[in-house]
Amino acid sequence: MTGTSAVLGLAWREARAARRRLTLLVGAIAVGTAALVAINAFTANLRRSVAGEARALLGADLSFASRARLTPRVDSLADSLACGGRSGCGRRSTVTSFAAMAYVPARAGVRLVRVTAVEGGWPFYGRIATTPAGVWDTLQGARIALVDPALLTALGAMPGDTLALGRLRLPIAGTVDRVPGDIGISAAFGPRVVIPGALLGETGLLQFGARAEYETFLRLGPQQDPDAIAKQLRPTLRPERVRVRTVQDEQQNLGNALERLGRFLGLVALVALLLGGLGVASAVHVFIRQRMETIAVLRCIGATTRQVFSVYLIQAAGIGLVGSVVGAALGLAVQLALPSVLGDFLPVKVEARIPWPVVALGLGLGLWTALAFAILPLLGVRQISPLATLRRPYDASVRLTRDRWFWLAASGLGLSVIGMAVLEAHHALRGLAFAAGIGATLMGLAIAALALVRGLRRWFPHHLPYVWRQGLANLYRPANQTVAVVLALGFGVFLLATLILVQHNLLRDLRVGDGGARPNLVLFDIQADQARGVDSLLRAAGHEPPATIPIVPMRIQALDGVPVGPILADTSERPGQPSGWAVRREYRSTYRDTLVGSERLVAGKWWKPGGRDPAGEPVSVSVEVEVAAELGVGIGDEITWDVQGVPVRSRVTSLREVEWARFEPNFFVIFRPGALEAAPQTYVTLIRVDDAAARGRLQRAMVEHFPNVSTLDLSTVQRAVDDILRTVSAAIRFMAGFTLIAGLVVLLGAIATTRLQRMRETVLLKTLGATRRQVVRIVLAEYLALGLLASAAGLCLATGAGWALAHWLFETRFALPAGPLAGLGALVIGLTVAIGLWTSLEAFRRTPVEMLRDE
Amino acid sequence: MLRCAGLTQSYPSGNQALTVLQDISFEVSAGEFVAVIGPSGSGKTTLLGLLAGLDRPESGQVWLDGAELTTLGEDARARLRGAKVGFVFQSFHLIPTLTARENVQVPLELRGEPGGERAEELLARVGLADRAHHYPAQLSGGEQQRVALARAFSTRPKVLFADEPTGNLDQRTGARIIELMTELNREAGTTLILVTHDPELASRARRILRLADGRLVADSAA
Repeated sequence: MTGTSAVLGLAWREARAARRRLTLLVGAIAVGTAALVAINAFTANLRRSVAGEARALLGADLSFASRARLTPRVDSLADSLACGGRSGCGRRSTVTSFAAMAYVPARAGVRLVRVTAVEGGWPFYGRIATTPAGVWDTLQGARIALVDPALLTALGAMPGDTLALGRLRLPIAGTVDRVPGDIGISAAFGPRVVIPGALLGETGLLQFGARAEYETFLRLGPQQDPDAIAKQLRPTLRPERVRVRTVQDEQQNLGNALERLGRFLGLVALVALLLGGLGVASAVHVFIRQRMETIAVLRCIGATTRQVFSVYLIQAAGIGLVGSVVGAALGLAVQLALPSVLGDFLPVKVEARIPWPVVALGLGLGLWTALAFAILPLLGVRQISPLATLRRPYDASVRLTRDRWFWLAASGLGLSVIGMAVLEAHHALRGLAFAAGIGATLMGLAIAALALVRGLRRWFPHHLPYVWRQGLANLYRPANQTVAVVLALGFGVFLLATLILVQHNLLRDLRVGDGGARPNLVLFDIQADQARGVDSLLRAAGHEPPATIPIVPMRIQALDGVPVGPILADTSERPGQPSGWAVRREYRSTYRDTLVGSERLVAGKWWKPGGRDPAGEPVSVSVEVEVAAELGVGIGDEITWDVQGVPVRSRVTSLREVEWARFEPNFFVIFRPGALEAAPQTYVTLIRVDDAAARGRLQRAMVEHFPNVSTLDLSTVQRAVDDILRTVSAAIRFMAGFTLIAGLVVLLGAIATTRLQRMRETVLLKTLGATRRQVVRIVLAEYLALGLLASAAGLCLATGAGWALAHWLFETRFALPAGPLAGLGALVIGLTVAIGLWTSLEAFRRTPVEMLRDE
Repeated sequence: MLRCAGLTQSYPSGNQALTVLQDISFEVSAGEFVAVIGPSGSGKTTLLGLLAGLDRPESGQVWLDGAELTTLGEDARARLRGAKVGFVFQSFHLIPTLTARENVQVPLELRGEPGGERAEELLARVGLADRAHHYPAQLSGGEQQRVALARAFSTRPKVLFADEPTGNLDQRTGARIIELMTELNREAGTTLILVTHDPELASRARRILRLADGRLVADSAA
């Protein structure tokens, strides 16, 4: 067939003539593909690295975790499992962890740490990296401590210094640099201190009310399947409040958390690619209008519609192919930068490799996007009649909607976008929702752009100085790309602004330091016989007698008279079934007569202060509304508690909503005074010490007098939270930045497409007497309006989205951070104007004599 | 009104310079109607560009209403054009985003004058009062050129340069344009410089400058 080579040749020759414009379209596709390949390659490498270290994540085949020491029955069960039942083979290890205060007597600092007491040979798989190397293996039988490097910094200590932990004194023998599965950032909350399990008793720390976790790690024989065993044991162990963990669970949990972040970032990257597609569609649309005469001539000299259509389709495919190849290469390079952005968040070392399936997918999506978005405007080619050579129609717009192919292509495009979103989200509903969100946002932006264009035409601001009017008129010039540019830029603004809003609204609730009077130091695990001593120590240090809050640990024994044992044993997840977590957990309850600032009554009535429930009647309790839902209890229901072996009956008389994000002691369950005063309890005290040094001195004095009392410095927690949020938002912003770049590339492409026409006009104006200054101001007016509209529309939509998220998802008050948003708007407007002026430089340089020479 | 002396211009063409104009000197007094004719490539358009201050000559001088163009900067020349010069082009060159009336107003507005009434008046003069709010794409070629003519006269220029103004029009429409031009020339006393290769059109002028190969070969009354 003579057609094919002719079509290919024509496509090539046409493309050659428009190199500059095509380069920008290639760029638009490349940016999106790069973002997509980068994040997908990174997620793939992360998944592979996690799988590679899977067994090291748990360090054993199976573990039993609980809040109390194992009962003899469970203990012997563990023994029978280790090494397939052979006794004394050492394939069993217990790790006890709890929070405590650590300090170096020779230095000033003190820090809340996470003590890990290791008994036996854990980990059985994987290695724990230490400095000096190998010191982990000498831990058992020695009298040494290994610490997180962060603790050395916090205490100003050095290896070799003596560490004080309760009554125990141990030399620091080295640092623990990496534990598989541990995220580095967790050290910010409580750096790890590892001691031999045999020395645990000597610390004297695990007193009544202390929260410790006991985990027994097992190594199984080669024929035993950990997951089968776990499945078989769970019904027996749940009533004992023992959790069974396996490598597979561990890998799944970790994988799930990381993949969620990866998928989210992947969707953000997809937006960048779709914006690139939008740029292609807009450019093709304008291009077809500009080429109408050429196309009509081609038709006159015998080209069929199909041939003409193919010429431009081949060009679009070329753009897609080159763009996605460039993008994939760029994405693989960017991928190398991601681990440094996410830094301490990664539980394993991510090995950078080229995941070919991801690259192939990226190439496919890039090519597909270019084609899917090009076809719609290309259909216009089919309607250009050879008659156009003779008579140039006044209205060049072709009526595409009459073409049945149009509807076919449009639905194909819509389905492609949904398909890509589902593919990237790995979840049909979420992908659909995401595609719908993109659709709604684009619709909003398009409406804003069209309203501007139509509004300008109808109510043109005739009173403005001429240069402004000329600039604004350019927004609705024939073959304008106002809508495409507003869509592309506006979407970038929308994404970034939404991120700023969410971050601001979430962070505001997590502020501790401000508010002046709010406490910043929490003293907990104060034993009953220490309360007076703590009180006088605080007074001696010059602090007001603080409010002391009693804490009574308890468990649920029965719900409405039904013992919870059978509930715990039932592992089926039926709707309406009380959730295992809520039934199994230890409740740390208090008793008081008043509500505090972070609480709000949502159902029932609060009891009368000063009163008591009649003897023999169940005591009134107020339950937090969400845990009440988990337990399936409501007003009037009865809960029987096991308070250190003593059953206590209670009746739910009110439900409360609690603002957990405020760092204050909040409770799931509050008892009416009268029933718990005699129960074993510990106390918590909150005070505010503004000066950081004074805070340090007080903590040190506390730990020296009361080693078992822990003090939590909330400003340290604040910093840790800030660090986490900063890391996450840096990663998200990093990906969202791609959408802004894609938007700017689309803008550049749009300018390049109409470059010739703009140049002519500028030169004409100069001929008619316009000075350079006037020409600059016309350009300025146009791009200022464009940038302003894109920013304003993006910011408005983001405000709506931010409000919706705050209201429905985070359920928090919505506030507008005007500063950062205005900054973002100004940045985008500035970039738009700068690009506009920069691309017009050439026109400023042309001398007007060229006016006489064209044609 | 308009005087040039020793105008020479050449453009690089390949390795060597191609001389387009060589040592052109003449003078045009106020209110004159001069046609510049010559075959394609004789340098007519280049000469027009230099006379109107759109470009600078390699050597020689141009005086327009007493100002020496060759000493002025680009913006100063732009202002001078805005004040004293009108243009009509072969391909009309209207701004597609502006209506007919707005197009006529452009030169006035660049000077900071509103010019709405003047534009209406001029459009009426060229017979397009009822098309004032149409966009160029909605007008025929002849109508577009009449708008361009109204635009050229909007600032009451001292000199009007017309570059093949009828080149894209049929004979009857072209004749009507020339008639309009000469009428406006007579009414306002505007000096008219018409560049064309059409001898019949040139015969309407009172004086003809003939160019060939970049030289002025004849200067005669029509």
